[in-house]
Amino acid sequence: MWLCNSSIGRKVVMSVTGVALILFLTFHMAMNLVAIFSGEAYNMICEFLGANWYALVATVGLGALVVIHIVYAFWLTMQNRAARGTERYAVNEKPKNVEWASQNMLALGIVILLGLGLHLFNFWAKMQLPEVLHMLGINVDTTYVADGVYHIQNTFGCPVYSVLYIVWLAALWFHLTHGFWSALQTLGWNNKIWFERWKMIGNIYSTLVVLGFVAVVVYYALCGSYC
Amino acid sequence: MDKNISFTLKVWRQRGPKEKGHFDSFQMKDIPGDTSFLEMMDILNEQLVEEGKEPIVFDHDCREGICGMCSMYINGHPHGPATAVTTCQIYMRRFNDGDTITVEPWRSAGFPVIRDLMVDRGAYDKIMQAGGYVSINTGGIPDANAIPIAKKDADEAMDAAACIGCGACVAACKNGSAMLFVSAKVSQLAILPQGKVEAARRAKAMLSKMDELGFGNCTNTRACEAECPKCVSISNIARLNREFISAKLKD
Repeated sequence: MWLCNSSIGRKVVMSVTGVALILFLTFHMAMNLVAIFSGEAYNMICEFLGANWYALVATVGLGALVVIHIVYAFWLTMQNRAARGTERYAVNEKPKNVEWASQNMLALGIVILLGLGLHLFNFWAKMQLPEVLHMLGINVDTTYVADGVYHIQNTFGCPVYSVLYIVWLAALWFHLTHGFWSALQTLGWNNKIWFERWKMIGNIYSTLVVLGFVAVVVYYALCGSYC
Repeated sequence: MDKNISFTLKVWRQRGPKEKGHFDSFQMKDIPGDTSFLEMMDILNEQLVEEGKEPIVFDHDCREGICGMCSMYINGHPHGPATAVTTCQIYMRRFNDGDTITVEPWRSAGFPVIRDLMVDRGAYDKIMQAGGYVSINTGGIPDANAIPIAKKDADEAMDAAACIGCGACVAACKNGSAMLFVSAKVSQLAILPQGKVEAARRAKAMLSKMDELGFGNCTNTRACEAECPKCVSISNIARLNREFISAKLKD
């Protein structure tokens, strides 16, 4: 299968899963913004995306995308380290046009993965998970499972969490600024003119997505339960 | 007249592919600024021969930047600190009095060291043999305008054909990927009518040979493009990806 045994095929898998995850982030960010304008509307979305069959199917699909993206990342990195040979350069200087993010995608990805763990612990484990457990007949407290605003206030009321989330989102921004145009380059949708355009579009897009997430964190960290 | 400089030269020495290598330091005195880097190496080697020591082995041929033989990794850059030139076209005036200049071979699993600064770039020849050609005789030079080719296409093909196969792209790449080389060799033919016919087969054959020889996966860092002495663009890599993906989708 060319998606496993050719270098471009493996990169295509990274690109397609990456683009799909960028789309997911866009939807996620759009829904989060609702929490700034109306807590009630936000909780309606939380109810809608609880343990319903379509939300669960989407969650499993999303989980699969994340797992494939990460497995391929480690696989590609291992191959690339082997291709570098055993000896390393004594002196190494980064050329000017090489972005820092492009050479540190795996490290940034690991930071994002750690943040994701924290995020699942803060929200998913208190919202969709208890609902699923409840459906399976296990006795759990389901009072707050659809009360998203309650969990947001709880999490960002704590400054440590707010700072951790901002660091996490900063890593995400670096990851996306390289990932966006890199995905299109790998899929072959690029040339000398479009290169600069994709890069600009990617930078603006990632900045908007990340700012959308940051806005919710900052809003609830500063005025949390008082607004 | 450029002024003379004195500096310390740290050079990688390795007796054979399997031997362990190390750095040797040499004090270079009063080297004129208009000496080319390779001429400076010649001066050092003459000194070493006179002292009865082993001269430093390095690749070189035309010394005018078109053959692609010279291959030194100088102070953290393939072909040294200048852009768009090969090692042979670096002049000592680029360096300062009292500098330490570190010279290493290309380091990559695909290019094993033969001795000192000389590496085996036979892998590139194998990739070319896998499909970097047109399989029929297309005759002599055609009459002008007998086969109309757009100026834009002619320019792109010529820019890709500027690749001299020196291996700086692999040397610069943190993934040891040969994508810039392969993409230039695929592009220079795929853009022109004579080469277009076999474009899909060529892309598949050359890429699978590249993978088989142990080169890495491209992660679009653009280090290759920055260090390429012929300024080959990564838009060629996008073209290779395009050719390869559409060929695989058709299969």
